[in-house]
Amino acid sequence: MEPARDLFNATPQLPDVFVRWFASRGWQVRAHQLALLAKANAGRSALLIAPTGGGKTLAGFLPTLVELNERGIRSRNLKSTGRALLRSQGLHTLYISPLKALAVDIARNLEIPVQEMGLPVRLETRTGDTPASKRQRQRRDPPDILLTTPEQLALLLASADAPYMFGALKRVVLDELHALVTSKRGDLLSLGLARLFKLAPELTTIGLSATVAEPDELRRFLVPQPTHDRAHADLVTAQAGAQPIVTMLDTEEHLPWAGHSARHALGEIYAHIKTHKTTLVFVNTRSQAEFLFQELWRANDDNLAIALHHGSLDVAQRRRVEEAMASGRLRAVVCTSSLDLGVDWGDVDLVINVGAPKGCSRLLQRIGRSNHRLDEPSEAVLVPANRFEVLECRAAIDAVAENAQDTPPLRTGALDVLAQHILGRACGEPFIAEELYAEIRAAAPYAALSRADFDAAVDFVATGGYALKAYERFAKIRRGKDGRWHITHPRVAQRYRMNVGTIVEADMIKVRLVRSRRSGAIVPRGGRLLGEVEEYFIETLRPGDTFVFAGEILKYEALVEDEAYVSRSDATDPKVPAYEGGKFPLSTYLAARVRAILAKPEAWRALPEQVREWLEIQQWRSVLPKAGDLLVETFPRAANYYLVCYPFEGRLAHQTLGMLLTRRLERARLRPLGFVANEYALAVWGLGDIALHIKRGDFSLAQLFDEDMLGDDLEAWLAESALMKRTFRSCAIIAGLIEKRFPGEEKSRRQLTISTDLVYDVLRKHQPDHILLRAARSDAATGLLDIKRLGEMLSRIRGRIVHKALDHVSPLSVPVLLEIGRETVHGEASDTLLAEAADELIKEAMS
Amino acid sequence: MSQAAPNLAESEGNLIVLSGVPLLADPRGALYWPEHRLLAVADLHLEKGSSFAARGQLLPPYDTASTLACLSALITDYSPRCVAAVGDSFHDGGGPARLRDADRDNLTRLQRGRDWIWITGNHDPEPAPGIGGVFQETLRVDRLTFRHEPKGGSGEVSGHLHPVARIAHRGNAVSRRCFAADTTRLVLPAFGALTGGLNVRDAAFADLFGTLAFKAYLLGDGRIYSFMAKRCLPD
Repeated sequence: MEPARDLFNATPQLPDVFVRWFASRGWQVRAHQLALLAKANAGRSALLIAPTGGGKTLAGFLPTLVELNERGIRSRNLKSTGRALLRSQGLHTLYISPLKALAVDIARNLEIPVQEMGLPVRLETRTGDTPASKRQRQRRDPPDILLTTPEQLALLLASADAPYMFGALKRVVLDELHALVTSKRGDLLSLGLARLFKLAPELTTIGLSATVAEPDELRRFLVPQPTHDRAHADLVTAQAGAQPIVTMLDTEEHLPWAGHSARHALGEIYAHIKTHKTTLVFVNTRSQAEFLFQELWRANDDNLAIALHHGSLDVAQRRRVEEAMASGRLRAVVCTSSLDLGVDWGDVDLVINVGAPKGCSRLLQRIGRSNHRLDEPSEAVLVPANRFEVLECRAAIDAVAENAQDTPPLRTGALDVLAQHILGRACGEPFIAEELYAEIRAAAPYAALSRADFDAAVDFVATGGYALKAYERFAKIRRGKDGRWHITHPRVAQRYRMNVGTIVEADMIKVRLVRSRRSGAIVPRGGRLLGEVEEYFIETLRPGDTFVFAGEILKYEALVEDEAYVSRSDATDPKVPAYEGGKFPLSTYLAARVRAILAKPEAWRALPEQVREWLEIQQWRSVLPKAGDLLVETFPRAANYYLVCYPFEGRLAHQTLGMLLTRRLERARLRPLGFVANEYALAVWGLGDIALHIKRGDFSLAQLFDEDMLGDDLEAWLAESALMKRTFRSCAIIAGLIEKRFPGEEKSRRQLTISTDLVYDVLRKHQPDHILLRAARSDAATGLLDIKRLGEMLSRIRGRIVHKALDHVSPLSVPVLLEIGRETVHGEASDTLLAEAADELIKEAMS
Repeated sequence: MSQAAPNLAESEGNLIVLSGVPLLADPRGALYWPEHRLLAVADLHLEKGSSFAARGQLLPPYDTASTLACLSALITDYSPRCVAAVGDSFHDGGGPARLRDADRDNLTRLQRGRDWIWITGNHDPEPAPGIGGVFQETLRVDRLTFRHEPKGGSGEVSGHLHPVARIAHRGNAVSRRCFAADTTRLVLPAFGALTGGLNVRDAAFADLFGTLAFKAYLLGDGRIYSFMAKRCLPD
């Protein structure tokens, strides 16, 4: 890495007006801000890596402000000739952020230097909320700086005047790039960027990012990739802030075996809040946030101002919390990853992370939310909610001390996003396939895209990509005599514009508070809107069920169109405990560190006594595996036989493993009944005595865990997996096979006249290599099914399975066994479930 | 007389008695009347894929082949003397004309040696040329009446509503197509490969049956699971 300081001398002085402004604010220009300015002056694209609070955003805009200032002086000297001159200047800088709110906030913050220095700069935002009249005007007469989102960029590029609007573009600033590139939005952005490089010959980029594991990959994202080589933007690294002080709460209370509530540590968390000015309390899921918020208020004898913030709450409510926070009126905010990114807060002096940190980069970014003065260390306290999380917290603290990073690698561009982009390109102006293929491969995520896949995507956009060429006459795009692909009807472009974007959340249902109804009468509309929950959560509720949401215990009343009606409940404990939202798997890197701690008894000294004892008893009763080994324990309990293994690969990969293992056990006639997975372990139980069969030599664990389960067994399961169908659905929507919105109306899945599950079944049967099925499979590798990670694990443990046949439950297995009944056992809709429900009825009837 | 499918023994779970007439609910979504060797299916919605494609959503063109393959398997198993397609056999009036040759041939083959009755539906109200069979608004056999849109009469077998039922258990919900029936009326599940469904707790079913005192017979893997309607979850 290139230290920013070396560039100091090569850096041109800031114009006086800027120097004076910095001085008036009592600020000093930072080395990385000047370094970035030097890169921009030299016409180079650059990636700035800086911790939160490092003046990152200002650094990103400084080159633009300086240039626009100079341009303003020049045009004054030129004695403006009116509109012609104005037009020739056009849009100078495009700023793209992952969050609409962030774009709006940055615009507000940027107005301050612009006004105080009197710069001749017009800056505007463009989001989904921008009125149509203003959007049209922006296309005709663009501002100097436009702040927007990846989706809006795609829309702008899909119009015929894109060459006019972007022809003079000088710079694109990409904020929070580390967060953008990990999703399909990043794919979409990369394709938009590739188009911009074509339209604007003078374009350079600035990427702003938190610290990442592989900065080189982000650097590639910022510049066009040559055909047979790799190109990188320059790198500027800001000086790191003071080393954060991270500790683990050494609780006086009994440490729970399982669960995620951290109820035991409530008093201690409250005490921390009391002794600090402003505390951010991060949790991993919305249900945890809801729970903790409620419990904190129960203990809040001092009436401290404690607020709640998560992505499902109503936007207006979230804004109120953010404003209260920024103006220093809050003592604490309980929040989820909805606050991982974004807007600067007031004076946060403590970050508490409740539950597992999941990854060290993630933890570092959260810690960075506290204390924005770089020279003072941030303070963070980790609160593990159970014993395994203690190990994970320990591993994370060690990793933070080493400044280790575990951000995921750059994505391979998704095919469904590619299809959406191709249609967008045709809506903009007709394209020649060869040229578009070359343009797309300049985008780093698509650098390795094969011509065959590109052609398949074009074919899909045109007529659906079916081997059975049935839809030629219904084509959306068609190649004309001039060799250019063009849309066949203006309606196609209209529909594209209504469906652009890659965010296909689970369908959300609005939650509205109404008065409890005693009779069966339909409640009138119009109660207060509390927020939104996933449709599949509501689907599991029966009227009368209680659950926690928006800081209250609510009773589910009814579903009326796309709104769930709820009423206040006097229940003290919600009947339906789990409302999951935002689960991240444990990072591979931290998992390896946790395994290493387990394998090394000398490392246990750094652990709380309760945990140490637990591990010592495990060592005595069973065994603790070596870092690279997989421990498999078998034991009888009640009428069943259990198999528990400890891969430490995260819940998603474990669930997939559980599905596949039960299939195999079924085939081996070991009669499995169910399984349960948590982040660290998987337990399968059934009627067959696995240990006995191993002893007799007619069953082997090596075979059970053989990698070939990822062949036929996986295929068979994918055919019916609800998770796979959910994955396919989002690909089908992104690629434009299913349109969520039609002109004049918006349909949710409830109203869609076609079910993607049925399309999946039909397509799978008749054309298993269809591009959308390939897209879904590739998503499944890393998404909800985490197959890639499972594959890596199976190959890692080959020949390294340690079997321990026990006569009763082992200490290490207790946490996962306690999840039984608390967690959904299968995570899959199946006949087994129906059979059980039917049996239950019979039992009820007979008792 | 009665001829049960070779691999589907009459069992309590599959048996629905309608106005005193014993009928077999096949978990693949068809109703078989052993006494008359009559097989009834509803809402095939053939050529739904191409119907959407014509309006700009390029759904897979495989639904007709898929639906006919399922129907073919049932016909092989039961060898019925009569097949009644209880309305909405095509997704739109242009459907028969869009049939691919292979699918048309397959259909002709299935019709050979048996009566084939196209009961008209709201999607396909007009008789269509080139698809064989006879067209009728209703079919009356013995004590039963087959018609597309239910009117609620005694001994009525209808389609149209595409019944689906949802059962929740242990925090998971399973949704399946189903037969909906009380002792005198029965609504067939939709048979078409791309045909969605309407929850049996929707008002349309309460209107038809008058109460929630009807049963949903969910299509399972090789068997039927029956639940009282009030045990099923609303949407």
